[in-house]
Amino acid sequence: MQKTYYDPADLKKFGDIAEYGQDLADKFFNWYNDVFKDGALSSREKCLIALAVSHAIQCPYCIDAYTSDSIKRGASEEQMMEAVHVAGAIRGGASLVHGVQMMNKAKKMLM
Amino acid sequence: MKTIKSLHARHHELSDTHHQLEVLNSEIFTRHYLPTFREKLKTSGLLPLKPTGIEVFQMNVGYMCNQTCKHCHVDAGPDRTEVMTKETMKQCLEVIINHTIKSVDITGGAPEMNPDFRWFIEELRKEYSGEIIVRCNLTIILANGKYLDLPDFYKKHNIRVVSSLPFYNADKTDRQRGEGVFAKSIEALKMLNKAGFGKQDTGLILDLVYNPSGAFLPAEQSLLEADFKRELKDHFDIEFNNLLSITNLPISRFLDYLIETDNYEDYMEELVLAYNPKAAEGVMCRNTISVDHAGNLYDCDFNQMLKLQIESKAGTHISEFDLESLNERNIVINQHCFGCTAGAGSGCQGTTT
Repeated sequence: MQKTYYDPADLKKFGDIAEYGQDLADKFFNWYNDVFKDGALSSREKCLIALAVSHAIQCPYCIDAYTSDSIKRGASEEQMMEAVHVAGAIRGGASLVHGVQMMNKAKKMLM
Repeated sequence: MKTIKSLHARHHELSDTHHQLEVLNSEIFTRHYLPTFREKLKTSGLLPLKPTGIEVFQMNVGYMCNQTCKHCHVDAGPDRTEVMTKETMKQCLEVIINHTIKSVDITGGAPEMNPDFRWFIEELRKEYSGEIIVRCNLTIILANGKYLDLPDFYKKHNIRVVSSLPFYNADKTDRQRGEGVFAKSIEALKMLNKAGFGKQDTGLILDLVYNPSGAFLPAEQSLLEADFKRELKDHFDIEFNNLLSITNLPISRFLDYLIETDNYEDYMEELVLAYNPKAAEGVMCRNTISVDHAGNLYDCDFNQMLKLQIESKAGTHISEFDLESLNERNIVINQHCFGCTAGAGSGCQGTTT
C-alpha cells in the first residue's frame, strides 16, 4: 500500500480503471477523447479550459496532464497563467458572491 | 551575446558518441517494457530499412557556429574548428553534377562561416539548376560586416533559405538559442524580406524551422504555422513561406538537457509511445545522404553526429560514392530514430506524414 495519496506514475495508469469495469471505462474514454477533438473550439482552447478546471478542482493529475498538453499544443506560459487566474477568479468570486447571502441574513437579523 | 561552450570543448562525457549510444540503449527500455526501434520497425514490416533513392544531398560544411544553442544536435559553436575543405567540396560537386539530385541541403554549424562557402555555391550554381537549401541561423547575417550582403548573395543564386526560429517571442527563443538572438533574428528576417525572401510572387523562399523549447513533442505544424504567420506579421511585419516543425532528437546537447533536467526517461517514453508507422515509412533517411566536413557519408545528419557511418559496400567516403551500392544499403538505425517517427513524423523538411 502506498504511503501517499498521489503518485505521478498513477497518471499513466488511468486506463487501468477498465480492469474493474470495462464497459463504463470504454464509454468514458471514447467520450473523453471526442470531447478534446477540434470542434467549434480548437483542441488548444479546450486544453486551456481543462487546465483552468484542473486548478478549480485542484486535481494534481489533471494539472500535470493539461500543462503538458497545453504546451504541446503551442500555448504560451502567459496563456496558461491567465487560464489559472480565470479559475482563481471564479473560485474567489463564488465565495464572495455568497457575501450577499451573509448580508441578507445579517440585515434581517440586525436592527 | 552570452554563449556557452560546446560539450566537445568542455570534454563532457556526452561528447563521446559511444557514451551517447550507451545512454540511448540504457535499461529504460527493459524497465519500462518499451520496444526498441528495431522491434518497432519489424512490426511495421520495414526491417531492414531500405532507401528509396537519393533525392536530397545534405552537406554539413562545418560545426563552427556563432551561436551555442542549448538543444543543438551538432554540438556546434564558436569553439568548433571542423570545416569542410575545398577539396572535399569539389568531390561533392562532382557527385551532385553527375547524378540526378533534386535538392542540395547545406547545413552546419553556420555554413556561411566556412571560408569556401560562397565559392562552393557559385560553382554549384554554374552547373546545377535544382534546389539549393542553406540552413541559415539568421544571426550570422549580422555577426560581422562581411556577412551583411548574404540576403543579396542568396537572391543572386536563388537559394531557399531555411532558418530556425523556435518561437515568435524573445523569451522562448533566447532561452534556447542565447541572449539577444531573437532581436537579431528579427532584424535578419527583415533584411531577407527586403531582398524579397518570403514575399509573395518573388519566387524567393524563406522557410522557418520550429522546434520545441523543451522536453515535449511539437504541436501540429499547420496550427503553429498559422500562429507564427499572424504573430510575426502583426508585431514585426515579417512574412515567410512555410513553417517546418521538427522534433528534437535525444542526442548531443539536447540529450544533455534531458538528462540534466530529469526529463530523459519521460521524453524517450513519449517518443516510443508516439511511434507512427506512417511516419516510419516516410523517414528522411530513405531519400537522403548526409556528408560530413571530412567527406564521410551517413544516412542522415543525426547519424553523422553519432558517428554511425553508412553501410555501403563500395565505401563510406564521398570519393567512393556509388549510387547502386548506396541504394542497396541497409539504413543504420538506433533508438534516437524514434524522434523521426513520433506523431506526425519529423525530418529536415518538417513533418513527414
